[in-house]
Amino acid sequence: MLKDDPLKRVLYVDLATKKFWVEERPELFEENIGGTGVASKLLEEECPVGIDPRDPKNPIILAVGPANGLFPIASKTVAMFQSPHTGNLGESHAGGRSATCLRLAGYGAVVIRGQSDIPVYLVIDRSGVKFRDARALWGLSVSATGRAIREKETGSGLRSILRIGPAGETGVTYSCVVTETYRHFGRLGLGALFGAKKLKAMCLVGRRSLPVTDRKLYRELYDELLKRLRETPALKKYHDLGTAVNVIPLNERGALPTRNLRQTRFEMAKKISGEYFAEHLLSRRLACSHCPMACIHLAALRTPYEDEPYFYKTTFISYDYEPIYANGSMIGVGSAEGILKLLDTIDNLGLDAMSSGVVLAWATEAFEQGLVGEEETLGLRPRFGDVETYLQMLHHIAYQSNEFYAALARGVAYASSRYGGEDFALAFGGNEMPGYHTGYGAHLTHLTGSRHSHLDSGGYSYDQKLSPEEITPEKLAHILFDEEVYRQILSSGVCCFFGRSVYNYETLSRIFKVSGFDFEVEDLKALGRKILRRKYAFKKARGFELTKLKIPRRILETVSPHGKLEEEFLRQGLAIYKSLLESGA
Amino acid sequence: MAHLKVVDPDRCVGCQLCMFACQRRTGEGGIAEAAIHVRSRGGISRGLTVVVCRACEEPPCAAVCPNGALIKRKGGGVVLAPKKCLGCGLCREACTLQAIFWNEATGKPVICMHCGYCAQYCPHHVLVLEEGHAQG
Repeated sequence: MLKDDPLKRVLYVDLATKKFWVEERPELFEENIGGTGVASKLLEEECPVGIDPRDPKNPIILAVGPANGLFPIASKTVAMFQSPHTGNLGESHAGGRSATCLRLAGYGAVVIRGQSDIPVYLVIDRSGVKFRDARALWGLSVSATGRAIREKETGSGLRSILRIGPAGETGVTYSCVVTETYRHFGRLGLGALFGAKKLKAMCLVGRRSLPVTDRKLYRELYDELLKRLRETPALKKYHDLGTAVNVIPLNERGALPTRNLRQTRFEMAKKISGEYFAEHLLSRRLACSHCPMACIHLAALRTPYEDEPYFYKTTFISYDYEPIYANGSMIGVGSAEGILKLLDTIDNLGLDAMSSGVVLAWATEAFEQGLVGEEETLGLRPRFGDVETYLQMLHHIAYQSNEFYAALARGVAYASSRYGGEDFALAFGGNEMPGYHTGYGAHLTHLTGSRHSHLDSGGYSYDQKLSPEEITPEKLAHILFDEEVYRQILSSGVCCFFGRSVYNYETLSRIFKVSGFDFEVEDLKALGRKILRRKYAFKKARGFELTKLKIPRRILETVSPHGKLEEEFLRQGLAIYKSLLESGA
Repeated sequence: MAHLKVVDPDRCVGCQLCMFACQRRTGEGGIAEAAIHVRSRGGISRGLTVVVCRACEEPPCAAVCPNGALIKRKGGGVVLAPKKCLGCGLCREACTLQAIFWNEATGKPVICMHCGYCAQYCPHHVLVLEEGHAQG
C-alpha cells in the first residue's frame, strides 16, 4: 500500500478509561485489504472465546477499504462484533456516508473496547476522539438523537451520525444502528452492543484527500468504471423503483413469504409494490456517498392529528424490498401506508426491520395456535394485517414490557424455544429469514452464509437463473461457496454489492492497484477463501456446527417455485459446504 | 467566460459525485480540495443544499483579502494566488453563500474556478456550466 495512505491507521478507543490511540498497521491492510478482511482479523485479535456478547470485552470493529473515497459505489462500512442476537459472528454492512467520513477522517479501522460508566457519544475526526456526555440523549428516539447531535456538532455535509434508539438501550438482540436517518447496520444486533457499552452514538467527520499511485491512471479507471456502472441495467432499475421493484416478480413466482410463510403469494401484493409506492408515496430519492445509483427511496406519509382538525404531520420514511416483505406480506399487511407506519416506529425505536417483521409473524401464529394468550401479550390480540396492534407490540418489544416481550426481543429462535412453535419459527442460524422462498438456493444461502443473510451468497438469484433440473446439492454448494468467497473481497474494498456486475475480480484487482495493493485475480480468490475460513473458524470456536443447523419445518412444507423442498437436499448441501470450508484449512 | 450554475438543487440526491470530481482535478481521491459541497438542510429528509461559488461580479471575498491573493476572474468570481494567501480565513467569513471551503492540510481556502468538471459527473442535471456572466 502507499506510504502516505491513512488507511493503515487503526483507531483504538477504550470506553472504560475514555482513552484513544492510533496504531499504524500497514501489514494488516497489505494482507487483508480492508473492510471484511481487516475487520475479521481485528475481531480475531480482540474477541475472547466464551464471553457473553454483553461482556465489555466484546469489541465493536468498524472498517473501510482502499476503494472508499476513491471509486464510485464503494460506499460501505463493515461492522464486526460478537452478535448479541446469535451469540456468534456479528457482521453488518451499512451505506450512507460513514465509509467516506471514516476514510477521509484518516482511518482504516476503529476498534471500540470496554464499557462506559455513563452514556456517551463519540466524535471522531482527524484529531482523534472526543468523548461527549450522552446522559441527556439516553432514552431518545433515533431521530431525536440525530437531531440533537446534528445541531450540537459541526461538519454538516462531511459527517455521518451513527446512533441507536431505545431498543438498543434495553438490549433487544436485533436492535440496529442507524446512520444518516435512512441507512442501517441492521442485522445481528450491533445496536444492543452499543447499548451494552452505553454508547449512544458516533459522529464521524472527515474531509481529507487520498493518494494514488498514478493520477492519470486513477482518472481513467474512474471514468471507465462510472461509464460501466451507468450502463448496467440493474442500476437504472434500482434507481427508478428501488429494491421494492422485486415485490411483484417474487409474488408472481410464488416466492414472496406471506403470513409467516404459510403462503408465497400475497393477494394485496400490488398495494405494497414498488410501483404503488412510487406512484402514490415516493417523495425523494437519495444516494449513499459516492454512488451514481441513488437507490434510497423516501416516502412522504401525511398523518392527521386526531385532536385537532387540519393539523398534519408529514414524515419521510425510507422503504426497501426487505422491510416491505417483513412488515407487509409476512404479517399480512396489504397497505403501503400501514407498512410505512410500522417502519417509522421500527426505525425510531432502533429495531432491525427484517427481524421485527418475522418476530411479529411468529407471535401472530403462536397466538392463533394458543401457544400464548392475552396474559402474555398484555391484552393484545395479534392477527395478520392488524397494523395498530403490531405498533403496540413493537413498543412492548423495544421496552421488553414483560417476560413474553423480553423473549420476543431475543428473536424467534429463542421465543419458540420458550413457548413452542419451533416448526414455524423462521430463522436460520438464529437470524430471522429474508424475503425469499425462491428454492434451494435461497435457503442454502441462509443456512451456509457466514452472516445467515441472503446477501452472503445471493442464492435467491441462482434459483431464478437455474432450472430445477440443473440444481444439485453439489453444484449449488460450489456456486454459493465461490460467490461467498468473491463477496469477501467486494466487502473488503468496501464496495456495495449492487456494483458486483461491474466490480468483478479483475476490476477489483485494478482498483486496489491504484492504492498500491498488488493482488492478481488468483491472489484475490485465495484471500477471499482465507477471510471466509477465518470467519468460519471464529464461529466454530464458539460452538457453531454447520451440519447441525436447524431447518425450519415451514420452509419444507410451503411449496416453492422449485416445488416442495426436501430436507435431504439441504442437508447434503450443508455437508458439501462444510467440506469446502474445511478443505485447505 | 463560463460559470458554474446550480440549476435545481431539488434534483440533487446527495451522491457527492460533484465533490469527488472536483477533487479529482488534482488527480487525487477524497474531498479536501472540493470547491463544491452538498449538505442536508438539517437532516437529509428535508432535502439537500448545493453550496458553490456563484461567480459574483463584485466578490466580497476579494474585497476583504488583505494581501491581494484573490484576483477577480473575468466573467465573475475569483482566482486564488496561493503564494500570496496568508491563510487568514477572512474570505471565508466574507462569503455570504458560505461557498469558500477550507483545506485543513494546506491551510488555504478552496474556491470554485468554474471549470465545469463537476457538472460532467452530476447524474441528475443539478449543475451546468453556463456561458456568460452569472449576474448578467
